[in-house]
Amino acid sequence: MIRQFGLGEFVFLLEGARWTIVLSLLAFTVGGALGLAVALRRTSKWKMLRFIMAIYIQMFQGTPLLVQLFFVYFGLPLLGFKVDVWVALTIGLSLHTSAFLGEIWRGSIQAVPAGQNEAAQALGIGYVHRMVDVVLPQAFRIGLPATISFLVNLIKGTALAALLGLTELTRSGQLMANITFQPLQVYGAGSAHLFLHLPTPDLLQCTDRTASPRRAVIKNT
Amino acid sequence: MNYTFDFAPVVSAWPMLLQGVLGTLRMSSLSMVFGLSLGIVFMLMRMSKQAGMRAIAIGYIEMIRNTPILVQVFFVFFGMPAIGIRLSGEQAAILAMTLNCAAYAAEIVRGGVQSIRPGQIEAGRALGLQTRDIYRFIVLRPAIRAVYPALCSQFILLMLNSSLVSSVSAEELTYFAQTLDLQTFRSFEIYLTLGVIYLLLSQFFSIALGVIGRVYFSYPAK
Repeated sequence: MIRQFGLGEFVFLLEGARWTIVLSLLAFTVGGALGLAVALRRTSKWKMLRFIMAIYIQMFQGTPLLVQLFFVYFGLPLLGFKVDVWVALTIGLSLHTSAFLGEIWRGSIQAVPAGQNEAAQALGIGYVHRMVDVVLPQAFRIGLPATISFLVNLIKGTALAALLGLTELTRSGQLMANITFQPLQVYGAGSAHLFLHLPTPDLLQCTDRTASPRRAVIKNT
Repeated sequence: MNYTFDFAPVVSAWPMLLQGVLGTLRMSSLSMVFGLSLGIVFMLMRMSKQAGMRAIAIGYIEMIRNTPILVQVFFVFFGMPAIGIRLSGEQAAILAMTLNCAAYAAEIVRGGVQSIRPGQIEAGRALGLQTRDIYRFIVLRPAIRAVYPALCSQFILLMLNSSLVSSVSAEELTYFAQTLDLQTFRSFEIYLTLGVIYLLLSQFFSIALGVIGRVYFSYPAK
């Protein structure tokens, strides 16, 4: 029997969206932490460290996300780790995120005027405090738009989980298309993704607004 | 880790991988050309004086930019037959990638067009150029030159994203790799090789696009 594409089917899609959100959040948190480490190594004094990180970033920017996910998914069992699909996906997406955010944040760290860093050094502030209290807060504001647009890309990237068999938004769409034989409506509803993304530009404006007054203060004093 | 690596099945399947590379190159270059052309059309609509045109273009661009390319590919391949448009895997892949690329290209080129100062266009008009020539030589070409690096990275991203169309049986690199995987079960070696090939392909595209840019945008210092 062929089912109609009704409310129940739409709710099934939304349940898939839960995985999309969980995966994105996990990947963004873990990948963000790793990305910060990558960005700091990328701007470090040691040439070797910068070089290694450049290769790391190039590796992830030069291959498709799908291949990276396949690689982690099939590669981990070879190293003796038996992991669930979602763990493999989280690891793959986090590594991907770390490389991209690392490069974005490297750019924003370098965009902070060198005088800030030098002044902090002249005041005798150590590396950790120089970064945490002086450079990174300013770099954060500069890198914010690019970070959010990468976040949008990341949420879209979780759609690839469907190809590894995790029932997130796109996979539940495939299932529904098979059950209802109404792929047009189902994939049209797959634009539920759109609703996940629409808040992000608002978020961007909002954070921009909260960030600007501080920038004004810095300029005036 | 007690796993013996065996690249022999991958190496002996090189004709298949080569066919895949050619497929990827063909589909992504076609989508880049079509996508840029369609993108320029959408850019013109986006900057048009009529509110209706603008609304259509904004709606389209937001729709494409905020949904995953995988969903777009599925929509074209599985969804469009419902309204009577039946495409082969490769046609669907090219169409989906073109539509995707067009939205991004429209936004990127719009950035370039906005960087053209009005004085340039007025100067063109003062020299008696036709509107068409003003658009072509004074607006579009310098605009694309200004945003060429961004456009290139978008193109390379498109090439990498073309790995997704293997899911609708378009015969490109990932499709053949998956076929090979099913035949030999050497997953790790195959996807490692695949990663290396994509890395080389993206380097190739970045060099090739750089050369095209240098030849086409070398004015006025020629």
